[in-house]
Amino acid sequence: MLNTVYRLVAPRRFEVEFNDIDLHSGQIVVRPTHLSICHADQRYYQGIRPAEVLKEKLPMALIHEGLGEVVYDPTGTFHCGDSVIMIPNTPVEHDEIIAENYLRSSKFRASGFDGFMQEHVALAPDRVVPLDDSIDKVVAAFTELVSVSVHALRRFDSIAHARRNVIGIWGDGNLGYITAIFFKAMFPESALYIFGVDQEKLSQFSFADDTFSVTDIPKDLLIDHAFECVGGDASQKAINQIIDHIHPEGTISILGVSEYPVPINTRMVLEKGLRIFGSSRSGREDFLKTVELYHKHPEIIGYLSNIVGAQIEIRNIADMNLAFETDIHKSIGKTIMIWNR
Amino acid sequence: MVFGVILAGGIGSRMGNVEKPKQYLKVGNKPIIIHTIEKFFMHDAFTKLIVLCPKQWIENTRNLVKKYLGDGAEHIAVLEGGSTRNETIMNSIAYIEKEYGIDDDTLIVTHDSVRPFLTYRIIEENIRYGMEYGAVDTVIPATDTIVESQDGKVIASVPDRTRMYQGQTPQTFKAKKLKELYLSLSEEEKKILTDASKIFVIKGEQVYLVEGEVFNIKITYPYDLRVAESLIQDQKSGK
Repeated sequence: MLNTVYRLVAPRRFEVEFNDIDLHSGQIVVRPTHLSICHADQRYYQGIRPAEVLKEKLPMALIHEGLGEVVYDPTGTFHCGDSVIMIPNTPVEHDEIIAENYLRSSKFRASGFDGFMQEHVALAPDRVVPLDDSIDKVVAAFTELVSVSVHALRRFDSIAHARRNVIGIWGDGNLGYITAIFFKAMFPESALYIFGVDQEKLSQFSFADDTFSVTDIPKDLLIDHAFECVGGDASQKAINQIIDHIHPEGTISILGVSEYPVPINTRMVLEKGLRIFGSSRSGREDFLKTVELYHKHPEIIGYLSNIVGAQIEIRNIADMNLAFETDIHKSIGKTIMIWNR
Repeated sequence: MVFGVILAGGIGSRMGNVEKPKQYLKVGNKPIIIHTIEKFFMHDAFTKLIVLCPKQWIENTRNLVKKYLGDGAEHIAVLEGGSTRNETIMNSIAYIEKEYGIDDDTLIVTHDSVRPFLTYRIIEENIRYGMEYGAVDTVIPATDTIVESQDGKVIASVPDRTRMYQGQTPQTFKAKKLKELYLSLSEEEKKILTDASKIFVIKGEQVYLVEGEVFNIKITYPYDLRVAESLIQDQKSGK
C-alpha cells in the first residue's frame, strides 16, 4: 500500500515521499495519532548534528515517541482501532545477555531509519504495546521517553547496592522530572533530592523530599546513589558534582546525552570505588513495565500531564514546522503533535 | 453502510502510445489501480469495495486483485462500468441495492482509480462529512489563475483566484439521494455533467468541501506517470 512519509530532507525542511507497505509481510499497520517531539528530533531539525551525520541520515522521517491505532493486522493479535504505543527500537536478533536496546545490530526509529512521521507505520507485532482508554493519550504519546527512565531505574535496581536512603537526581528538565516521578513510585522508601538550576522548574517537583540549586548545595550533603539527567554541555559539571557529593561505592546512572566526550574526575571515582553506568533507550519489557506502572499508580498520569506543553494539530507540512518551532521556544514540557494525516 | 466505489471505467485515450488503460500501468512495482484499491482496503469503514472497469478488463482486474490482495479479494467486487462516469456510479448503486439494499444513510465514497496517492485522512473526512452533509467533494485551493473563455480565443472573465478550487476525488454521496437527483435530470442536463457533485449543485443541493492534497494527483499524462514514479522513494539503502 502506498504510504505517505514526511521526511526531513534538510534542516527545517520536510518533504512528502511515499513508500510501499507490503501487506503480506506479517507486519501490522498502525496509523499514528499522537506524536511527541524529542531533543534528538530537534538536533536533526535544527541541523545541530555534525554535518557528516546529517549527510548520512537524511532524508529521514523524524519522531520516535508516539502512539496510534491499529488499522491492519494479518496476525489477528489486535483489532482495528486498538490504541497501541509504538516501540522505536527494532532488534534483528536475540541475545541471552545483552538487552535489545544495546545490541549494536538493532535499528532505531528516526535514527537508523524512518521514524513515525508517516501516514501509516508498519511494525512487527511485538513492536507495539496495547494501551487502554483509561490512559490519557496525550500523556501516553511520550511513553517512549518515560520507558527510558523506567529502564534506567530497573537497571539501577539490579546494579546499585542495597543502602538507598538518599538518592539524588541531577537535572530539572523533562527527563529529570519523569525519572523522579517513577523513582518515587518504584522506591517509595528512599528520600529523593532534586538538583537543578531553575527555581521555577524545581518547584514542580512537589513530590520530591527536597530540591537544591546546583550553585548552592550544602557542603556536607551526601547521597547514596545518583542519576544524571542533564546532558549536553552541563554534563561535565553535573557528573563531577555528583562525584563530590556521593558516598563511597555509590552508583551513578548517566542518562543525559552529550554530543562531545565529557571529562570527569576519575581519581575520585577510583578513590570512592564508584560504579558509573549508562542507560540509553529501552526495550519491549520496559514499555510493558511502564504501562503497568501507569495503571498501578494512576497519580503518575496527573504528574506527567503537568509537562504537556503545546498540543498542535497536524494537517499539513506547515503545521509540522509550527510544532517544531514552538517546541524550540518552550522552557520545559513536551510538544505533542495531534497527527491527522 | 459505507461503500468504496473505485472508478476505473476510462480507456485512457490521453496517455499516448500505450496499449493498456492507464490505471493498469505500474507505478513502483504494482499497477496503479492496485495501489488505489489498497488505500481503501486499509480502511475498516467499508462494507464492500466496488471496482468498476471496462468490460474487457474485468477478468484481468479480478486476477490482479486476487494476486495482490489474496483472501482480501472477497471484500472487493469487480463490475462493469457504464458509458459515462455517472452511469458507472449508477451501476455501483444498482449493485448495492441488489446485494445489500439501500437506505437514506447508505454512503458511497467514489474515487478515481488513477489517484493512488490519496491519504487515510482524506477518506476518513469524506466519510465523516458525507454522513453529516450528504455530499462531499475533495478539493485543493487553485494555485494557477483560472481563466474563462467562451470561444477559446479571448478571455471572457478572470474569476477571483482566492475563491477557486481544483476538484479532486474522492467525492462522497448519500447513494439514494444521488440516484434520485440523477434520475430527475433531463438528458440536456446530463450532457453537461463532468462529475457527480455537479448533480447536487445544479439541483440546488449543498456539497461540503474536504481539503485534498497537492500530491493527490490524477495520473493522466505520461508526465504524471514519471512524477508518480519519482514520488515513491524507499529510504537510502545502507541505513
